[in-house]
Amino acid sequence: MVTSREARPTAVALLAEGWRPVAVLLALFAVWWFVAWRELVPAYLVPSPGAVAETMAADWAMLLEHTWVTTLETIVGFALAAVIGVAAAVLLVYSRTAERSLYPLILFAQVIPKIAIAPILVVWFGFGMTPKIVLAVLIAFFPVVVSAVAGLRSVDPELLELSATMGASRWKTFRKIRFPGALPQLVSGLKVAVTLAVVGAVVGEFVGADRGLGYVLLLASGNLDAPLLFADLLLMSLIGVVLFVLVEVLERLLVPWHASRRTGLALATV
Amino acid sequence: MTATAEQGAATGPAPAAEPIIEVSHVTCRFTSRRSETVALEDVSLAVRPGEFVTVAGPSGCGKSTLLKLVAGLVPATEGDVRLYGRPVTGPQREIGFAFQRSALLEWRGVRRNILLQAEMRGMDRRRAEERADRLIELTGLTGFEKALPHELSGGMQQRVALCRALLHEPRVLLMDEPFGALDALTREQMNTEMNRIWRETGTTVVLVTHSVPEAVYLGSRIVVMSPRPGRIVEILEPGLPEHREYGPTLADPRFAAAAARLRDLLGASHAPE
Repeated sequence: MVTSREARPTAVALLAEGWRPVAVLLALFAVWWFVAWRELVPAYLVPSPGAVAETMAADWAMLLEHTWVTTLETIVGFALAAVIGVAAAVLLVYSRTAERSLYPLILFAQVIPKIAIAPILVVWFGFGMTPKIVLAVLIAFFPVVVSAVAGLRSVDPELLELSATMGASRWKTFRKIRFPGALPQLVSGLKVAVTLAVVGAVVGEFVGADRGLGYVLLLASGNLDAPLLFADLLLMSLIGVVLFVLVEVLERLLVPWHASRRTGLALATV
Repeated sequence: MTATAEQGAATGPAPAAEPIIEVSHVTCRFTSRRSETVALEDVSLAVRPGEFVTVAGPSGCGKSTLLKLVAGLVPATEGDVRLYGRPVTGPQREIGFAFQRSALLEWRGVRRNILLQAEMRGMDRRRAEERADRLIELTGLTGFEKALPHELSGGMQQRVALCRALLHEPRVLLMDEPFGALDALTREQMNTEMNRIWRETGTTVVLVTHSVPEAVYLGSRIVVMSPRPGRIVEILEPGLPEHREYGPTLADPRFAAAAARLRDLLGASHAPE
């Protein structure tokens, strides 16, 4: 009568599924190493993996500090975008007036290239963390709103009718039916948002900063310091990957009922 | 008559002859920008306490609308609907409602899905849990308390929905084609169970269906409806005993006669006018 639960990805299953992308990554790495080793491209354009590793080892304290700054900006920006985005989505779904007057504007605002706003933000908020966080919020906000609105609207109308025959208040209906039902879609929006938040923070640092990986990148670029450029880039990517995996973990905790229906690797769900 | 006197106390005395549900001259229209649909036209029906009324008719004849009207989920355009003697003006909470699709919360296990009813109503937790466990036993869901809906078969999902609809011991249970999506065998099992639950709880049931055997097997009275606009064509009363074994009942001449009549009526209403 009962269908069996999907097999959870064990270590073995993970290896069986996960070796392909790892193999591709290793192959790319080998190409990089080969190009640098044969000096097919001058070293000031593409440094060898060894040189990058040396830079990382030598400057680790400096790099760690800047990585921390960028990570902090990203996390704060992402968290704010998540909170504001969900709140806005609730407003849009529950108020016809808000939906009619605000939703078109939110969609339209997405057309504005937010990266172009960065210089204005620097003028307004100075060189500190604030303009970076604001930019991260602006960029990450949109996928959160759109996914949350879609999730909240996807509720089965029969569940709302059921709730009415139970005499439940709007708040109870929201808390026990609507919001949990919206979580799967919301979480997939959060996954997109977290990677965009990194972009926001880094671009914010490009425009005006004295700290952060974006600042280091500009510095390294000015000095034609290729190993430092590459090391910096790797660290930026690492921030994105780690935060993305954290949201995946959050998903497993929040919506295990949804995650358990899917097959394959956690990372294969973007 | 009604075993659940506690709930009944609030709704005033209802002598056995007084109808528990009263629909009088109800017309129900849905208007959209382009068209007007008449779902029900001049429908009158009285349901007595403890009755099991089945409503049979072709798809789209407004059977579901009739149920939602009684539940207060859809307003009547004309006419008057009364439940427990009081006019229905908004969603009614002193009922149990079971939907066509089970309408379960995907993220909750069987027991917690049933207990949703209690949480929404603010019922006493301990009593609700005891009652839920009794219902789980009654419907043969023991051992699946923690299973999520997608891990259950269609029949089991409907059992969960039924338990949820019965948790607060409603005097009236409204069911909208609850077994429509089940395979024939499971459906027979559910029908047998439904008959037993009805006898054991004394609940007044209105069940909408488009299955001829289901309508006749379950109903003390069978309301036959015409296609849109939905009207009541005839009400059959085969006079079968309350306790019904599936096989013997189907072999009963009264069952056969009622089923034949119902088939005739539904077939006739299908024919072009």
